[in-house]
Amino acid sequence: MSNASFDQRRSHLRSLSDDQLRARFWQLAEQAVNPLVELARTHTTPSIERSVLLRGGLSSVEAGRVVAGAVQRGLLGLGAGGLVLRLAKKRTITFVEAGRMLAAGQGWEEVGDGA
Amino acid sequence: MALDPSKKLDVKKLLRGLEKYRPRRRGWTWRAPGGAQLGPFGYSQCSEPLKAGQALASAPAFGGIDPQPDCVITTEIASGRFEDDIRRMRMAAWHGADHIMVIRTLGQSHFDGLIESTPEGVGGVPITRKQVRATRKALDLIEDEVGRPINFHSYVSGVAGPEIAVLFAEEGVNGAHQDPQYNVLYRNVNMLRSYVDAAEAKGIMAWAGMLQIDGAHNANATASEAWRIAPELLVQHAINSLFSVKVGMRKDLIALSTVPPTAPPAPKLRLDLPYAVALRDLFPGYRFRAQQNTRYSTSDEPQTDALHFLDTLISRLTSADLQSTITCDEARHVPWHVNNVRAVDTAKETLVGLDGLKDLVKIDRSGPLGAAAREITERAVLFLEEMVEAGGYFKAVEAGFFVDSGLYPERAGDGIRRELAGGVGAGTVVRREPEYLAPVCAHFGENHLPAELSGKKPCTLIGGCTLCDHRKIVYIDELDPEDNVAARLAAVGRPSSIMPEAEWARDGLVSVSMFFPEPEETARAAALALAERMGLADAAVVHSAVMHPAEGTLVEVKGRVTRGINRSALKFEAKPELLPPEEITAFVRSKGLKAVAGTLGNDEHSAGLREILDIKHGGIEKFGFACRNLGTSVPPGKLVDAAVEFGAQVLLASTIVSHGEVHRANLSKLHQLCVEKGVRDRILLVGGGPQVTDEFARECGLDAGFGRGTKGLDVASLIVRRLRK
Repeated sequence: MSNASFDQRRSHLRSLSDDQLRARFWQLAEQAVNPLVELARTHTTPSIERSVLLRGGLSSVEAGRVVAGAVQRGLLGLGAGGLVLRLAKKRTITFVEAGRMLAAGQGWEEVGDGA
Repeated sequence: MALDPSKKLDVKKLLRGLEKYRPRRRGWTWRAPGGAQLGPFGYSQCSEPLKAGQALASAPAFGGIDPQPDCVITTEIASGRFEDDIRRMRMAAWHGADHIMVIRTLGQSHFDGLIESTPEGVGGVPITRKQVRATRKALDLIEDEVGRPINFHSYVSGVAGPEIAVLFAEEGVNGAHQDPQYNVLYRNVNMLRSYVDAAEAKGIMAWAGMLQIDGAHNANATASEAWRIAPELLVQHAINSLFSVKVGMRKDLIALSTVPPTAPPAPKLRLDLPYAVALRDLFPGYRFRAQQNTRYSTSDEPQTDALHFLDTLISRLTSADLQSTITCDEARHVPWHVNNVRAVDTAKETLVGLDGLKDLVKIDRSGPLGAAAREITERAVLFLEEMVEAGGYFKAVEAGFFVDSGLYPERAGDGIRRELAGGVGAGTVVRREPEYLAPVCAHFGENHLPAELSGKKPCTLIGGCTLCDHRKIVYIDELDPEDNVAARLAAVGRPSSIMPEAEWARDGLVSVSMFFPEPEETARAAALALAERMGLADAAVVHSAVMHPAEGTLVEVKGRVTRGINRSALKFEAKPELLPPEEITAFVRSKGLKAVAGTLGNDEHSAGLREILDIKHGGIEKFGFACRNLGTSVPPGKLVDAAVEFGAQVLLASTIVSHGEVHRANLSKLHQLCVEKGVRDRILLVGGGPQVTDEFARECGLDAGFGRGTKGLDVASLIVRRLRK
């Protein structure tokens, strides 16, 4: 990490107006932040998936069990809400009913990859 | 259920029907413009006054006006029991708080999931659906009582951020802290997890119109030399703000949490003001949440109040959309009820007192301030340059860029380092598959919704989600048979005795302030011994301050009272019976009443007596008394002689100085002289002064006495009642 003095490091900024300096600040911030946004756009987590199930009308306890089941089976990348919806469609039951089945450990063989 | 200002908030009643309660609105509310003219004064930075509230202590001298500053005022309330906090929130709202922040209990940020029911918390309150719903319901009642919307706020952080965000959106929480950097730096949550979770959580907050506050202020509280990290703070604000905008938040609902970093004896304004200016210049369109300094607030309450006054001065010299408050006892213990209220009052008093400051003084950018602000910004740009060179944000955190106490680009090497593969929740982030699906609203990022859905809400796929249909929410009541709100309320019961309270119902906590003419060590030991003799349990010294190494020490002790006060044994001060003014005037005129008055002895105080006599202060003259005021330092004999000469039926003697019981001696002398001259039965003797009570005056032989706060009507009523007999 650099320990160069401030006066040396700032030399290229001296000629910038205040507005130009601020524009440079935000342009660099973009460079730092864009990869973080892209990471978030393309990935998911157990908490995100539980939050989807909560919005789908499951209780926090049920949502926790479904997501734990999906993580254990390597299925989280399909989206927990997507898994529950697959089961609901196959069985023609409601989303909440399907979620409760998965929370109880039932129906998992019907929702995985290629299912 | 509406609140009655004369009755306590009934928590049991509040909890009834909670399972069916729905919040009345979503999203943040700013204060409404108004209050430009109150009493004789014009204001340029005030808002709509309250319907009911408690004005500043000095307000009675200004017709009781209670101007409300333009910015939202925040207080943080989280004693560990929400049922007690609700009552504190009501008190704070009366004094002017309209943003109530509830801090989460210790460790909740590492809890991977939601907590349900209402367990008791440590260092904060467990954030659960029941707690949130009950608090929002209480705040709905309180906002109706005071006549101003109240924003409810907590934290969307830790490893359950998206779920907490959903809970808050569903339950009408209006604002939240959300900053993935806080998780990474201070809670050691895995970096990847923190940012991926944050995007979803922020998207949900944006959907609900919640105000976001970032976490940059924590660096102030953590860094060993808080004023040296200003450049980094600009970078932290930028990362969270820009990330938030990119995932869908509106700039005007993103508040930068900023703390003036220093405290006297440092030259505070010289250091803090350029930073405050640089920050506001760099972030146009964003909101500013001005937090008060905690890093250098101590157990010395006046020191802390003065520091927070200076912080609020900086808010007025620059700008603040929210003024947060820190209690003056935060360095002593978990904040007590009264100190939340006092902090709100201090902020209100400061903000109102500085109303229109920028119309009077201008920030001078041509001098040292402009140069210092530019320098901070340049240092921040260099920080970002190095971050990009190092390979981006994650690499920078791994290298310990953040919370380093060196003034960047100098490095002290004491920054916080986190590994990309380490921390709580490491290894839990998963790439979304091509078939990834989330059939709900307010979801961020890749989502492979079926084409036939085009234009419709994603939750159409499942017949609606909880954000669109509140009835779909699953409400879980108490899970623990012992640690729950009903059990805690039952334990308190409906006692007949009265107990003091600092945090929780009937906790019995009191503080006692005492001075010992002893060195500090002796004084502290003596204070604890005295507290024990006073019957205080669990006594502890919360503050001591040396007045002089040998001459003495101030000690403040907290302790617990173990026995309540019996209501039936209370003795109340007798209230004077007031007569209708017309009745007084009629009697005074018909008798041609005359009064002689003066301040006794060697005493130059005159204001109090004039308040009692002068017509313009509502004194007794207005009822038709002929008054002769002999002024100050009047010997008792002269006062009696004047009464005889003037033919006065009433003699009013004021006495303020009480050293060596001189007030007792003078009042007694007055009575004796009247007896000796044979006029005692013709003259009504009335004494007054801050150390005088009716009982004291009678002991001296007078007919009546009045203390502090007496009005002309009190005295005139007494005179008429006595003379009628």
